[in-house]
Amino acid sequence: MMTGISLAAVINVLLFTFLVMTAIAIVRVRHLFAVAMLSGVFSLLSAGLFVALDAVDVAFTEAAVGAGISTVLMLGTMALTVTREKSTKRSPVLPIFVCLVTGAALVYSTLDMPAFGTAQAPIHEHVAPDYIARTPEEIGVPNIVTGILASYRGYDTLGETTVIFTAAVAVVLLLGSFSRKKQKRTGKE
Amino acid sequence: MILFIAGTAALVVAMLLVLARLYLGPDLYDRVLALNSFGTLTVLLLGYIGFLTERPDFLDIALLYALINFVGTIAVLKFFRYRALGRGLGSQDGPEA
Repeated sequence: MMTGISLAAVINVLLFTFLVMTAIAIVRVRHLFAVAMLSGVFSLLSAGLFVALDAVDVAFTEAAVGAGISTVLMLGTMALTVTREKSTKRSPVLPIFVCLVTGAALVYSTLDMPAFGTAQAPIHEHVAPDYIARTPEEIGVPNIVTGILASYRGYDTLGETTVIFTAAVAVVLLLGSFSRKKQKRTGKE
Repeated sequence: MILFIAGTAALVVAMLLVLARLYLGPDLYDRVLALNSFGTLTVLLLGYIGFLTERPDFLDIALLYALINFVGTIAVLKFFRYRALGRGLGSQDGPEA
């Protein structure tokens, strides 16, 4: 068991190293197609990290949205705009400083967090035991997260789905009319 | 166990190589291919992590990732060919549009 834990730690460190390398590459590359591909890799790596941390549903969302949809959306944006990043003359000192301070604050705040996976964490002592005790008999779904999302918070989930559906319909309507107009114009010429 | 560790190490090296190709890759299709193979390597790595940490149920997740990776690559390639996602493969106008 000890070797399993240390191996998991090694894999986490490797994935984080890949993440940092990808982020540096995203900053350095000027060709935006490559940046879109690299951000897809970034999402895949963070999804792998989420899986390694047992947050499987978050990882699914990250893989589907980050690596799937947003890569295509970025490519679509590039088809409408430019494919090369403009080089800037501004000095990078202030942004680097802000990033370092923010990162240091985030790392400092993790020192107060309970240890990973401990049962004494506040999140495991509030309402979680209640849900864990009641979900099997009240809902009967093996996955407690699904039970909470689809039953205890069913109206909430329905509202979220409605919002997302409306947004998707609006985007499809906007983009669809745009491309049809363009098609008609090229057809006349 | 040794075999799983060796496989993970090989996968990590392969991921490094693919990342380098993604960074350097002169051609667009080099990068698309690199993204696709990086997704495949992630799927394999997830499987290996599952066996290394003695939770083989990671295999289901890895399978779903493989599906997402496939659909994503198809979407990117279709976008390159048609410059839009709305048109299907049966449409008449080709890549010159």
